[in-house]
This record gives sequence, C-alpha cells and structure tokens, in this order.
Amino acid sequence: MQSLPKLLEGVPVTLLLTFVAISAGFAIGLLLALGRVYGKKVISYSCIVYLEIFRGTPLLVQLFIIYYGLPAVGIIFSPITAALIGLSLNSGAYQAEYLRGSIQAIPSSQMIAGRTLGMTRFQSIRTIILPQALRISIPAWSNELIYLLKYTSIVVYIQVRDLTFQAKDIAAQSSRYLETFLVVALIYLLFTFIFSEIVDRVEKHVRIPGIGLSQTIVKRNA
Amino acid sequence: MRQPLSDEKGEMKSLHMLEVKDIHKSYGSCEVLKGISFTVDKEETKVIIGTSGTGKSTLLKCINQIDPPDKGEVWLEGEELTNPSVDLNRIRQKIGFVFQDFNLFNHLTALQNVSIGLEKVKKVDKEKAREKAMKELRSVGLEKQARQYPAQLSGGQKQRVGIARALAMDPAIILFDEPTSALDPELIGDVLDVMKNLAGKVAMLIVTHEMGFARNVADEIIFMEGGKIIESGSPEQMFNNANKERTRQFLGKIATLYGKE
Repeated sequence: MQSLPKLLEGVPVTLLLTFVAISAGFAIGLLLALGRVYGKKVISYSCIVYLEIFRGTPLLVQLFIIYYGLPAVGIIFSPITAALIGLSLNSGAYQAEYLRGSIQAIPSSQMIAGRTLGMTRFQSIRTIILPQALRISIPAWSNELIYLLKYTSIVVYIQVRDLTFQAKDIAAQSSRYLETFLVVALIYLLFTFIFSEIVDRVEKHVRIPGIGLSQTIVKRNA
Repeated sequence: MRQPLSDEKGEMKSLHMLEVKDIHKSYGSCEVLKGISFTVDKEETKVIIGTSGTGKSTLLKCINQIDPPDKGEVWLEGEELTNPSVDLNRIRQKIGFVFQDFNLFNHLTALQNVSIGLEKVKKVDKEKAREKAMKELRSVGLEKQARQYPAQLSGGQKQRVGIARALAMDPAIILFDEPTSALDPELIGDVLDVMKNLAGKVAMLIVTHEMGFARNVADEIIFMEGGKIIESGSPEQMFNNANKERTRQFLGKIATLYGKE
C-alpha cells in the first residue's frame, strides 16, 4: 500500500494518452470519413488505403514500427510521443468507420433540402449532416473512449510509464503480483465508470427527439 | 414560345419569370421527360397534373438543378440556370421547394428550420432571422409549435413548417412536389388552405393530385403524360371543355375518384 503513490504516478500518463488519442483520433477520423463519403475518387481511395492499413494491422505492431522501426530511417520519437502518435492514428481509423456509418445513415434528402435553400455542399455538411451524424455516433464513440482507456496499457511494450507499467514495476519489486494487479484493475474500472457517466450526461444534454433516440435506448437495455 | 429579348448589355432577358425550354431527361435508357416547355409568370399559380411516374417530380428537380436536365434550358428572371457558369447556390435562394416527405431538418426546432436559410445562406443577423421566421410560422398558423422538433409534429404541421421555410427566403417562385400526398386526409385541408392564401402573392408551380385545389386556385393547369405536356389551359377550359380526348378521360376519371369538388 505504500507503493500506492508510485502506482498513481502512472494515472496522468494513462489519462493523457486516452484523451489525446480520442481527440486527435476524432479529428483524423472525421476528415477520413468526410473524405470517404464526399471526396472525389483520389481522396476517397487514399482514405480507404489509410483505413485498411491501420485497421488491418495490430496496434502493437504499429507501435513497434513507430518506436523501434522508424529510427532505422532516422526518425526517432520518445516513448510517449510514439505512443501518442500510434494511438491517435489507430483510433482515427476506427472512429472514421463509425463516423462514416453515421453520416451515411442520414438520408440524402437532408442534403438535398439544404442545397435547395441555397447552401453550399460544405454548409450542408456542417449545419445539417454533421449535427445529426455526430449525435447518432455517440454510442460508438463512447465505446471507443472506454476501449482506448484500457488499451493504452499496451504502451508498456514501448517503455511508456503508464499505469500498467508502474504496476508491473511495483509487482516485480514487491512480488505481490495479485494484490498489485487487482488494485490496478480497480483503478481502470473506476475510470471506466466515471467516463461512462460523463458520456451519458453529455448524451442526455445533446439529445434531440427523433434523432438516434431509439438507438441509444436499445443499447442501454441490451 | 416567346423569344427572349436582349438589352443594351447583350444580356438575354426573358419576358417570363420562369421559362422552361424543351427539357429532356433520361435515367439510363429510359427517357422520362421528352421535351417539356412552359412558362410561369410573377404571382401566377400553375398546377401540373398527370398519372404517377410521368416525370412530374423529375421536372421540378430539373428546374432547380438538383437533378439537371440532359437537354434544354431553364431561365429564371432572365438568368439561365442550365448554364454551367451560373452560381446555382445564389439562384436557388430564389426558388423555394416544398417536398412530398416534408424533409425538415430533424435536429432543428420548427423555428430554427425556418430561420436557418436566412442565417446561413442570406447571412442575416440571428435576431432578425428569428423574427422573420416567427412571422412566417405565424402566417401558417404554427407559432405555438416554434420550439418543437419535427419528430414532435404531425405530418400536416411538418408540411406547413416546410412551406414557412420556403417562404422565409422570399423566393420568386415556390415549387411544390405533391405536397399533400404523404398526409392523412384530414390534415390535407390545412396545408391546402395555406397554399390557397399564397396564391397571387408568390408564383407557385404545384405538382398535385388535388383536383379541387387545381380547379379553384390554379391560373393554369398543365396535364402531363408519358413525359410530354398533353394539354394546358385554364381550369374552366380543362375541366369543362378540354381539347384532347385523353385530357377529358383523365379528368373525368379523377372526378369520379375524388368526387367533383
């Protein structure tokens, strides 16, 4: 128990990784999704290539390539930078698919209604399509957030001192493996719970009757 | 067909507000519009009738270029919409469109649905846009529903919001694509009343099956079939004294179906 402070040193790192990955991933994912749906052939295909690469290879392998592999061609990142880059690029690919699904779920007639008023394609996407698509993608997005929180633990393999790393250290030194890892699991669980609550509140706050409502209710009762 | 005149600048000026010239449109190998021409003048109400599938909706989409025609020209207030160099977004502000399935923006309240065109397209200040939107909602009898979302409105209410949305942009002409076809019979009346009130105030081109409305409100009725205009004329003429046998046949059948109103 005296090692609790040392254990908790890993928490800010884990949280940082989670938040940066989900945010940067969102920005990347949004651009990819829009490129896939609305872009011309070149853009659309480039997006597909990116998505295939990052969803078709294990996150761990991607991190290894970025951290251990790139120095061979002269690109060297610190562990934390490599982790942030790898997690963001990877999350971006998955978020792109959720967002694409949501965007394509909006009937094309909505876009037509916007264009009929005289809006440009860009205006229609920004004021009509996205506000609806983003609401629909909240369940998938909250999934991604919870997933990221836990999978950041993988950065242990590229020497990042996150929560899991600290746990391994402490457990090895004290030989109290069961205790240590149970406590760590509890900490992850606690944060998962907190994040779920926050996302729930946000979802309630932005909820609009008729948009994705039945979807969210089904997910909760399932 | 009147020839457009040109002024000193050499610009072509049409004598009519909306002029549709020889529109052809095909989907794959199927030709849906086979040479449609007509005009609509300021504050005129013209109604297009005909069997389903004759391309009436396609025609409306060809006019505001949502689905441009393969051949032919569309002129609005002296500007050619079918010209690729024209700024369609600017011109579309002058053409209102009311959809069969209402097509309201689901994430916006009734008030926001009406004001968003003003705010985003015409760049009107938010306060003023809301004021004007309220005014239009009042004119269609829905000021109490201003803060409700489309999912909370009935079909008839949604359609009236759709009309208010079109009106808010102060268009030169409003196109109606079977505005009451998706409504329960008891709700149709409210929407038709709103449309009746607009007659003479703004040009309207309406595709509909509502013969009573056509008869009482239209300045001219256009009967389309097989992608062509079979006949057009005043309601008096079309219902009582049509030239073509097919017209008399169609209107006779419809009269029996819907009952002479």
